[in-house]
Amino acid sequence: MAEVSHGIGGLKFDASKKTWPNELNIFMALVLIVVIFEALGAMLMGQSLLFDSAGRFDSIFNEARLYIIILQVSIVGIIAIGVTQVIISGGIDLSSGSIVGATAMIAMSFAQTELVNGNPNPKAIFGPALMDLPVIIPILVGLACGLFAGLVNGLLIAYTRIPPFIATLGMMVTARGIAKWWSKGQPISFPTQDYAVIGNGLGGWMPVVIFIVLAILFQFILKYTVYGKHTYAIGSNEEAARMSGIKVGRHKVLVYAIAGSLAAIAALVLSSKNLTAQAGMGIMYELDAIAMAVIGGVSLSGGRGSIVGTVLGALIFGVIISGFTFLRLDAYYQEMVKGGIIVGAVVLDQWRQRPSASRS
Amino acid sequence: MSKLKLQDTGDIILETRDLTKRYGGIHALEGANFILRKGEHVAIMGDNGAGKSTFVRQITGVEQHTRGDIIFNGKSVRFENPMDAREAGIETVFQTLALADELDVPDNLFLGRELVKFRLGPFSILDYKAMRERTLQALEKTGVKIPNLRNTIRHMSGGQRQCVAIARTATFHSKLTIMDEPTAALGVQETAQVENIVRTLKEQGEPLILISHNMRQVFDLVDRIVVFRRGRIVANLNKHETDGQDVVAYITGAKTGEEYQDAA
Repeated sequence: MAEVSHGIGGLKFDASKKTWPNELNIFMALVLIVVIFEALGAMLMGQSLLFDSAGRFDSIFNEARLYIIILQVSIVGIIAIGVTQVIISGGIDLSSGSIVGATAMIAMSFAQTELVNGNPNPKAIFGPALMDLPVIIPILVGLACGLFAGLVNGLLIAYTRIPPFIATLGMMVTARGIAKWWSKGQPISFPTQDYAVIGNGLGGWMPVVIFIVLAILFQFILKYTVYGKHTYAIGSNEEAARMSGIKVGRHKVLVYAIAGSLAAIAALVLSSKNLTAQAGMGIMYELDAIAMAVIGGVSLSGGRGSIVGTVLGALIFGVIISGFTFLRLDAYYQEMVKGGIIVGAVVLDQWRQRPSASRS
Repeated sequence: MSKLKLQDTGDIILETRDLTKRYGGIHALEGANFILRKGEHVAIMGDNGAGKSTFVRQITGVEQHTRGDIIFNGKSVRFENPMDAREAGIETVFQTLALADELDVPDNLFLGRELVKFRLGPFSILDYKAMRERTLQALEKTGVKIPNLRNTIRHMSGGQRQCVAIARTATFHSKLTIMDEPTAALGVQETAQVENIVRTLKEQGEPLILISHNMRQVFDLVDRIVVFRRGRIVANLNKHETDGQDVVAYITGAKTGEEYQDAA
């Protein structure tokens, strides 16, 4: 970085005044929130949220709660990765929760096992010919569902020029309809052993591993590839991107297709982990994913944010939800507070943008 | 400048013949015959709605002309979009700056034509180092002052933004640079900085079309002044054979160039 510190054309530039990465602020917010819950826990419950308070010698952490927080966050987090790049490109995706529902139903029906404890599968969707299939079949079917839904979103947004809000709202309703219609509202259960591994493998850590791998992959893609650069460019000035020769329409189709595919991965993990698929799966996940991204510093006006931020946002989200449960707060309050957090994060984002415009 | 006025077609970089653009029934541009030679800086002047920007939009591929020919670098061309024009070597600094606010200087300079070190379709891996080095070269070449390349455009002043936009045109060894009112929104110092870049381009022999309302600036910077009125070219003036009042007379319609009498 030394070569930029002298500035161009004789202008001095103080390298120590380098802009503070936003991710650091979010990390500090995470720490602050943990501290608040620890303090409340000590005062109200006489317990610690994340640290061991049972006086064991083998560990300083409360692993059980940490595991639950991370696991809860992982599945929605996979969706949030896709939503993050959509928001950075200046769009929004409201359909991801419904895509989870539809994909879980369709994929699960290709993942069923023929015999359950020696009896025929009571929830069978297809005949025996389509049961006990290799695990790759439901995986591919699921990915294809998500990809297709994402492509429809992208094509509508890029070529009919309807706002992303409307296009993905349509997909949200449609995909939920498909999820209900697929088995006439019946849950689909009893997957093969192999399918169960997707959500339960590695001693239950499989969803977390999938989330972390995807997060690292997309952090890299957004920062170091042409795809990432163009996503930021379109989000910060679509007209400039177009004038610079970026094929904006084609790029948007790709952005939404990837978001749909990531929602499908989340559906595979979730249905596998629960060993069942229901039409109501993933309700409100789209909003949780958007909340994670926004808390993580992804700007709803586009062009700003990162996957690292979203991962931190997801952890903040998880700690708050878990913290409320820990404080024995009613689930109703949790929803209300969740809404407040989303609005608060957006207000904070607006406020962050304002002073910088006049700073120059 | 007399050297450049030789009737040698070999040194013509851009020529339009009978260039016409109609929006429905509106004749925004009518039979424009325009010539630009290598190394020449030409100003286009005229009132609002005189057809200046329409003219530029036709030769940069932003719009498709209704009739006529554009001959660029010896070849008849018809650009489908601004990227076509750019690839052919016409760089334009638009009135509305085509910069991405959330990206930094090298990102903006290379927007849409990023340097990559590993090809993988849309997921090609960017070569940040090479882009930064070439950005430094380009900025030094134009004398642009930017304190920190890593700063996003959002954090820059209007003048710095304009300089980045202009530096972008200089980075790619364009055959022709077009600036549409580059200093309209700038302060005195920033205007001087942009004008310095234009002079640097002149020294380097790069041809330029400058659209401007600023008479002092035009007389300072260019060799020739072409005046548009009501969609037609009404004057083609050598800077040394005219003055401000004369140009105003053409702009307002008090006078029309002899060779354009029938047109007006």
